[in-house]
Amino acid sequence: MIIGERKPVKEILQLIGDRKKILVLGCGTCVTVCLSGGEKEAKELASLLRIKKYQASDYTVERQCEPEFIRPLDYRLKEVEAVLSLACGVGVQALADRYPRTPVFPGLNTTFLGMPVEQGRWEERCGGCGQCIVHLFGGTCPVTRCAKSLLNGPCGGSKDGKCEVKPDRDCAWQLIYDRLKLQGRLDALLEIQPPKDWSPSRHGGHRKMIREDMLL
Amino acid sequence: MSWLQQVLEQGIFAVTAEAGPPKGPDIEVIRKKCAQLKGAADAVNITDNQTAIVRMSSFASCLVARECGVEPVMQMVTRDRNRIALQSDFLGACALGIQNILCLTGDHQSLGNHPQAKNVYDIDSIQLLQMFRLMRDEKKFQNGEEMKGEIDVFLGAGENPFADPLEFRALRLAKKFAAGAQFIQTQAVFDLEIFTHWMEEVRKLGLHQKGSILAGVIPVKSAKALRYMKNEVPGVVIPDVLVRRMEKAADPKAEGVQVCVETIEELKKIEGVSGVHIMAIAWESIVPEIVRRSGLYPRPIKSEVTSP
Ligand code: SF4
Ligand code: SF4
Repeated sequence: MIIGERKPVKEILQLIGDRKKILVLGCGTCVTVCLSGGEKEAKELASLLRIKKYQASDYTVERQCEPEFIRPLDYRLKEVEAVLSLACGVGVQALADRYPRTPVFPGLNTTFLGMPVEQGRWEERCGGCGQCIVHLFGGTCPVTRCAKSLLNGPCGGSKDGKCEVKPDRDCAWQLIYDRLKLQGRLDALLEIQPPKDWSPSRHGGHRKMIREDMLL
Repeated sequence: MSWLQQVLEQGIFAVTAEAGPPKGPDIEVIRKKCAQLKGAADAVNITDNQTAIVRMSSFASCLVARECGVEPVMQMVTRDRNRIALQSDFLGACALGIQNILCLTGDHQSLGNHPQAKNVYDIDSIQLLQMFRLMRDEKKFQNGEEMKGEIDVFLGAGENPFADPLEFRALRLAKKFAAGAQFIQTQAVFDLEIFTHWMEEVRKLGLHQKGSILAGVIPVKSAKALRYMKNEVPGVVIPDVLVRRMEKAADPKAEGVQVCVETIEELKKIEGVSGVHIMAIAWESIVPEIVRRSGLYPRPIKSEVTSP
């Protein structure tokens, strides 16, 4: 899922500026599951804004990232000066596209594609590189989970299974080594992985997907 | 052929040292370090924004070192440059007569002085070795396109026998040789036991015959410096007995040199170790004494002048 973290209230107030009529718009999908931008969070933020004398209302749509789901908002948007979106950056842009006259502010910092690893802790898993090679590494992605995206083994700083860059994070290469050892596949690590083709990734420019069979 | 390569190919126990470029444009800093190291080391590594702290470029500093009559080993990290920039700088360095290149991934920028920087890591150190070997031996760019001209370069890499997973470390060395490394400089050895064990693994795999292994050493000035390295520098393993020995020493500087000399004496005895790499960070002036007391002086003399 897409993980996002609520921006600090101080920053949100700066974004809103002197606008008074604000719609706080939650999203019912990823950011609901990671407890940052769902209905509950939208209600909380709207009431906080009301305490601070804004005319804030809240609403939550199932998915802000799909035009179909935001279309029913048309009448609500007429009544506000700005929208504070608690969706990920995709949702924010979908709104901004549909309502070009209304300022849409991001209430979250969209952080990564990840998953919950324990109660209250989420971790990044995928960088959306456009050419998945995670099978080569026993199902642990070094592109994303190794701080240096190393494809040929651990750097010289891996210690007690932790990463030298973020000591509270697992070293991806320790995980890869352990998994492949368990599977009796350590020889896979002896193969030299060639430089990755980054052209299908964001480095190749803005990406799109076309399904000819689905086009109208 | 680089002088370092000649020394190693003649089977002479090699000595390399290290000099960090200045945090500013003053080339006198490099000249001074080179003057201290000249004659004590066969080649001197010039670091590439080591620990992700901005310094004068390794490339420019290598040229200064050459002018001073010191053979440079140009370090190149993949943290800051993609394959386009790396190949371009490699061609420039080779054209200007730099004959040793050490291929590294580099310390992550979040540990340096510009943690806000975007990193590159387009390729890793093993892919860097492979790319430069392809350019030198097959006259091809990384994309397979043909390239013209001769390149004479000795390719090296680093390796850390002390980092986790320990069991993978010798295999990783095998990958580096397979990718094109001709010499290896290791992380500083303080724990001879781990290092000796690693070398056993290396010999079992026959890797000591695939290229030259230079064991790293660092002379330390105080117990405090040693403790700092133990706790703060990723990838360095320091036994407690050594810390206690430095703590008890009446003259810690002299003891640090003594420890370094003793370590080198032990390293010389290990089959498959072809030389030492002395990293006297901010203490270059001590290198000649260490080399002399380790019985590695005088260094072989260049029969021919390689400067253009
Ligand atoms: S290889 Fe690419 S697509 Fe696959 S998990 Fe890693 S970043 Fe995601
Ligand atoms: S410690 Fe592990 S995860 Fe961290 S940069 Fe090194 S290899 Fe990558």
